[in-house]
Amino acid sequence: MTALFKIALRAIMRNKLRSSLTILGIVIGVGAVIVMVSIGQGAKAFVEKQLESLGTNVLIIIPISTTHAAARGTTGTITLTAEDVFAIGKECGTVSHVSPGIRTTTQVVYGNMNWTTGVSGAGPDYQIIRNWQLENGRFLTQQDVNIMAKVCVLGRTVVNNLFGTLDPVDKWVRVKNIPFKVIGVLSAKGQSPTGQDQDDMVLMPYTTVQRKILGVTHIGYALASTITAESRFEAIEQITSLLRQRHRLRPNEENDFTVISQVEFASTVMETSRTMTILLGSIALVSLFVGGIGIMNIMLVSTTERTKEIGLRMAVGARENDILFQFLIESTVLSSIGGIVGIIFGIFTSKLVSYYGGWPSLLSSPSIAVAFLFSNMVGIFFGYYPARKASRLNPIEALRYE
Amino acid sequence: MQDIVLLKDVYKIYTMGDVKVTALNGVSLAIKKGEFVAIMGASGSGKSTLMNILGCLDSPTRGKYYLEDVEVSRFSKNELAEIRNKKLGFVFQSFNLLSRTTIVENIELPLIYSKRISKRDIDKIHQMMRILGLEGLQKHYPNQLSGGQQQRVAIARAIVNDPTILLADEPTGNLDSTTSKDVMNVLTDLNHNMGITIVLVTHETDIAGYARRVVVLKDGKVLSDTPSPSSATPVVQAPRETAS
Repeated sequence: MTALFKIALRAIMRNKLRSSLTILGIVIGVGAVIVMVSIGQGAKAFVEKQLESLGTNVLIIIPISTTHAAARGTTGTITLTAEDVFAIGKECGTVSHVSPGIRTTTQVVYGNMNWTTGVSGAGPDYQIIRNWQLENGRFLTQQDVNIMAKVCVLGRTVVNNLFGTLDPVDKWVRVKNIPFKVIGVLSAKGQSPTGQDQDDMVLMPYTTVQRKILGVTHIGYALASTITAESRFEAIEQITSLLRQRHRLRPNEENDFTVISQVEFASTVMETSRTMTILLGSIALVSLFVGGIGIMNIMLVSTTERTKEIGLRMAVGARENDILFQFLIESTVLSSIGGIVGIIFGIFTSKLVSYYGGWPSLLSSPSIAVAFLFSNMVGIFFGYYPARKASRLNPIEALRYE
Repeated sequence: MQDIVLLKDVYKIYTMGDVKVTALNGVSLAIKKGEFVAIMGASGSGKSTLMNILGCLDSPTRGKYYLEDVEVSRFSKNELAEIRNKKLGFVFQSFNLLSRTTIVENIELPLIYSKRISKRDIDKIHQMMRILGLEGLQKHYPNQLSGGQQQRVAIARAIVNDPTILLADEPTGNLDSTTSKDVMNVLTDLNHNMGITIVLVTHETDIAGYARRVVVLKDGKVLSDTPSPSSATPVVQAPRETAS
């Protein structure tokens, strides 16, 4: 066996350019697999982590325009009011906390700095439902909501862009020329599963956003948390029937709102990222397959070129298996070198991708081991046919081959 | 003396499509230990086929081949490979040395298929190289050697496993007359001094003259089997060149 290894290595060294080109095919294949798998696993881990942070018991209620609406946007939004939200909190037994929500995008100014961001109106329970932490200061209170207080809580990104390293609490920012007092700063939360920056936001009492900024009476959406994660399905039914009743919908009318569970929403995102991983992984596998064909091609050339050598080896006593293993080892060594280099190349590339693309990547040692094993299998699989062909040669004809 | 090779009524028939070609048409031959036999014949006489069968590279269609009393004519491919490895040595017209492989590695080639190469094997190879006038060429490559030297490397390779028979197929076909004599003297020496049985295929009468027995084939049959005319003179007195 050692002798056969020596023979195989010598054969590879004999034709360095050809061998390295063959190896390159495997390097690209294995590298692509590593990159795709690491990005896929990274995305999956990221989404899973986000899913945990979202809270599995959070429901989102959003109004949708009814079919007869002339202007979809306006007609639809009118249908959900703060009163609806309080009714849900009061009457649905499975719901523990509720908060109205309304969103707009506007410019926030501090001194000579300005930043365009999403302004969200919220109630005091918003923090509990979202399970958000405060880095500094306090959250909105019922009192703030009642008096439409001109106060706001800032996300980390907003703080960074307006205040830099300054402590924003008790400072004043201006929104639509109205001064707002900063009462708190939210802890950094990073990206949402859909890739949005969750720290790029400003929270105000929803009443303030309604009256002082937008001049409307309706709300954009509502958040509700259920007592347990399992009760969310029951809660969806309770909320639906309550809102249908409050909106006086006839049995044949469609809902003018929709209730979404965060979990289901997140699993859709996760499903999408999984599909992407499979798709990208398949493309990577195809390139590994092409690399394997490259090996087969080179091994066929190599065995034909060395027909006379094979004949001689047989004449001096090489058995079929000796020849078979000689060439199998050769192709496997080629593919393993390609595998090792490809793994290094893949690790490097996925680090690069995640660094520059802001894309998470996760490399596990099992996936590296699998990639290496896979490259070996490619060598054996694609090397087998040429090796077998060589081992089946007739020594007399092989010796006569020119 | 014991017959180490015994062919009994051997036929070799090739089928090419519908055409049947009879390459050997009932050959019987006995070779004793220590003999030096030349097989002659025109092309198409069946001498190459006979060589292939003697060399266990091919099996007869009909008839029996005993090598040291073992019937090898019905052996499987792998069994034949083992016989070639343990009991036969080959010298070819075109040397068939592995390029980009050192002389020592070329010589030890048959050994790697049967065992782990020991220090003793290496010592033996070095000794053999000294005898064959190949001293100092251990780490050289075949393309750095002259034709005569290359053929002597091939001879060393053929005898490294102490074969029962050394089969030489036109060993001087690619060599000039001086080098031919040189190589033939090496073979004669091996036969005479080391008692190695040699079967030589050639179409040149003067090369056949080195052998002590000449078998002439024609149309797949033994036409004549006679002592070589020059075999009357002892082999050691055969014309000899100084080893180059």
